[in-house]
Amino acid sequence: MHWLSTAGPTMLAAFLASLVECVEALTVVLAVGSIRGWNGALSGAAAAVAVLIAILSVLGRTLTRVPLHLLQGIVGTLLLLFGLRWLRKAILRATGSIAKHDEASAYEKNAKAMLALGHARGWDSVAFGAAFQITMLEGTEVAFIVIAIDAGGTGMLLPASVGAVAALFVVAALGFALHRPLTRVPENALKFVVGVLLSAFGTYWVGESMGLRWPGSDLAIAALVIGYLVVARLSVALGRAPSRAAAEFPGTR
Amino acid sequence: MNWIETMGRELYGLFVDDAGFAIAILIWLGVFRLLSRSHAMPAWAGALALFAGLAAVLCESVLRFARSHQRR
Repeated sequence: MHWLSTAGPTMLAAFLASLVECVEALTVVLAVGSIRGWNGALSGAAAAVAVLIAILSVLGRTLTRVPLHLLQGIVGTLLLLFGLRWLRKAILRATGSIAKHDEASAYEKNAKAMLALGHARGWDSVAFGAAFQITMLEGTEVAFIVIAIDAGGTGMLLPASVGAVAALFVVAALGFALHRPLTRVPENALKFVVGVLLSAFGTYWVGESMGLRWPGSDLAIAALVIGYLVVARLSVALGRAPSRAAAEFPGTR
Repeated sequence: MNWIETMGRELYGLFVDDAGFAIAILIWLGVFRLLSRSHAMPAWAGALALFAGLAAVLCESVLRFARSHQRR
C-alpha cells in the first residue's frame, strides 16, 4: 500500500518532468536534423541517451552503498533546490513576470544557427555534436530526477525509470510523426505540476534525513503536494501584474 | 574544455536560478535543523514548520521578483 501510494506520484513526476525536457531536446534535434541531415542528428541524440543510461546504471549501483540518511539529506536538498526553482519559474511565467518558453521560436533560432554553419560532406560532426549536447543537457535533468526520486530508499527506481522512458517514447513518436516542434505542449502547466511534486518529495526526504517523523508516513507526501499547490496558486494570484489582473477581473481596481 | 564548462554551467543552473532564493532555502534548512535539535517538538509541528518556512521563502522570492518586474 505504501509502495503503491508513492509509486503513482513518482511515476507521474518522472513522466511529466521528462516530457518537458524531451520536448526541449526534440526541438533542437528536429532543427539540426531538418537543416543538416538526420544521420548526424539521430546518432548524436542516440549516443547521448546511451551515455546517460550508462551513467544512471553506474550511479544507481553506487548510491546503494551510501547511508540512507546521508543520501536523503544530500539528494533531498538538491531535489528541493531543483523543484522549488522550477516551481518559482512556473509561477513567475504564470504571473507574466517572465516570458513563456516558445518551442517555435527556439526551433527557428536553432535552424538559423545550423544554416549559418554551412553544409558538411560525409559525416556531419556539427550535427552530431549539437544533437549530442542538447540531449545530454536535457537528459541530465531527467537522469537527476530519476536518481533523486530513487534516493528515497523506497524502491522507486523502477516507477521513476518507467515514467522517464515512457515520456521519451511519447515525445520521440510524436516528433517522428509530426516532424515539427511540439508547440502545443502546455510546458508551463507541466513545469508547475512537476515543481510541486518535486518540492514535495524534496521536503519529505530532507525532513526524514533530519529525523523528522512525518505524520501519516508516506501519505505526508500527498499533503505536501496539496500544500505546495495551494501556496503556488496563491503566489500566482498575488504576483500577477496589476494590468493583467484588471483585464481578467474587470472592476477589481 | 568549452563543452565541459558548458556542462558545469548547466549543472549549476539545474539547482540555482536566483542565488538569493537558493541561499534562503539552504539557510532555512540549516535553521530548521538547529531548531529541531535544540527543541523537542511534536511531529506535526516539525512537519508544518519545515513546510511553512520553505513556502514562505518561495512566496517572498516570487513577490519580490514580480514587484520589481512591475516597477520596470
